[in-house]
Amino acid sequence: MNKEEKKDLITNYRKLFPLLSDDIAYLDNAATTQKPGVVLDALKHYYEQDNANPFRGVYDLSERATELYEAARGKVAGFINAKYPEEIVFVRNATEALNLLAYSWCEDNLSESDEVVVSVMEHHSDFLPWKYMAEKKGARLVKLEPDQTGLISDDALERTLSDKTRIVALTHISNVLGRKNDIKHIAGKVHAAGALISVDGAQSVPHTAVDVRDLDCDFLSFSGHKMFAPMGIGVLYGKREHLEKMKPFLYGGEMIQTVHWDKVTYAEIPHRFEAGTVNVGGAVGLSAAIDFINGIGWETIEAQEEKLTKRAILGIKDIGNIRLIGSDRPEDHKGIVTFCVEDVHPHDVADILGKAGVCIRAGHHCAQPLMDHLGVRSTCRASFAFYNTEEEVDRFLTELSKVRGLMGY
Amino acid sequence: MDIKRFYNEIVTDHNLHPLHKHPLEDPDIELEGVNPSCGDEITVQLKVKDGVITDGSFIGDGCAVSQASADIMIDMVIGKKVEQARHLADIFIRMIKCEATREEIEELREAGALEDISHNPARVKCAVLGWHTLDEMTKGM
Ligand SMILES: Cc1ncc(COP(=O)(O)O)c(C=O)c1O
Repeated sequence: MNKEEKKDLITNYRKLFPLLSDDIAYLDNAATTQKPGVVLDALKHYYEQDNANPFRGVYDLSERATELYEAARGKVAGFINAKYPEEIVFVRNATEALNLLAYSWCEDNLSESDEVVVSVMEHHSDFLPWKYMAEKKGARLVKLEPDQTGLISDDALERTLSDKTRIVALTHISNVLGRKNDIKHIAGKVHAAGALISVDGAQSVPHTAVDVRDLDCDFLSFSGHKMFAPMGIGVLYGKREHLEKMKPFLYGGEMIQTVHWDKVTYAEIPHRFEAGTVNVGGAVGLSAAIDFINGIGWETIEAQEEKLTKRAILGIKDIGNIRLIGSDRPEDHKGIVTFCVEDVHPHDVADILGKAGVCIRAGHHCAQPLMDHLGVRSTCRASFAFYNTEEEVDRFLTELSKVRGLMGY
Repeated sequence: MDIKRFYNEIVTDHNLHPLHKHPLEDPDIELEGVNPSCGDEITVQLKVKDGVITDGSFIGDGCAVSQASADIMIDMVIGKKVEQARHLADIFIRMIKCEATREEIEELREAGALEDISHNPARVKCAVLGWHTLDEMTKGM
């Protein structure tokens, strides 16, 4: 394919997203992505044709809903190469996945004098649940620190791990630095130290092929809404041997085997962790989103995102008076470009760009410990999806170059 | 909206060259105000004698809107009675909610330059941060 054909390809893919137009340049994909028609159609079809409460009815319609839900589970398992479908627990989002894990796993596996290792670049969703449980159990929360570019060195890792380490919580791709951690390598070291590793895949699963067996991670959490699926559906993956030993997180319907006044037995995994009526529509939407991603292919997705990232970073360097956060090298940023315009508060930058139709994020990105670590209070972030274009990046750069002038510098 | 009307000269000027952004020696009252949505944090400090604000300042970090608004506010309330300052805070906060009359907004003088912010839900909190803090710290005075 030549350059022109590739460009046409992206333009055609763009047309599959009803919300995308030339009115705005949507560059806040790390927050949430837009939805393609096929996902919206799948949702609509489900609610128009197949909707019933799954697991509860013996009639056809309910069985159909159950089948669709379980088929979605199988689809997700295949997508991340899980060994068994029951290793996939449907939740609302990455935040719920991480809370479920921290609450349930720490409850039985953490005690005084144990250590939980959490990296300083975690999203609050992957920091607060561990912090809470560590405090509750009298365990120690140990900080794993990357360098300024987001790299976790073997040295840093070895200094943090000890024979007291029970679990390590680490993001696959930082939502601020955009750097991809070498999870496979790190998991090897964590396991050698006798601990487990939980990976926050919220920013990796939507942007690159993730193979849980190859990475050998014990747990993986991610959100559907950041990968073209609807809001309200997310996934906790856990190795079967771990999930089987974990207690429920929420109690109620659908997560039990038998309930008597004096004796309760809980359902097998994954249902033990899916209390109450589940989000079948969301699961069906996620399944459609996975088909959509597979149809486009990682090669196209990653190539486009790489190209846009590089263009943005080089453009930012050209403008000058802008501090790039994290690594200087475009290849270290997986679709995420975080920066500070000198003398101008990020909120003003995002507002000025927003009024020109360029949507970027400003703030601490739910990663305040990382902001402290980097010595910044808040930052701006542009984040790409494969449906973004070079024209959008240029529009972003043009508006960005005006900011200091507008603010009187 | 025209970006230049939003970031007008009054706002950019007060942001670039604030008159009252410095710590005050021996303030009689001070209070920190936080806007968690964008991380603005300012501390308002006042000297009050016989019910009159004799000096004031603010310190902190935040976007141009919060900084300029706080600077304009301090400039306006120095030399005023606490109750007058509270009256202005009341008008300002209502102006941002589009509930103040023309005459009232005129009373606000320079602070009236922030009126357009009321059309920007995301920035409203930045604009009122200083005034809210002033209102809180002078309650019951
Ligand atoms: C790295 C990372 N982890 C976790 C989350 C939380 O995702 P959600 O808000 O969908 O639960 C996000 C997104 O905001 C994220 O970027």
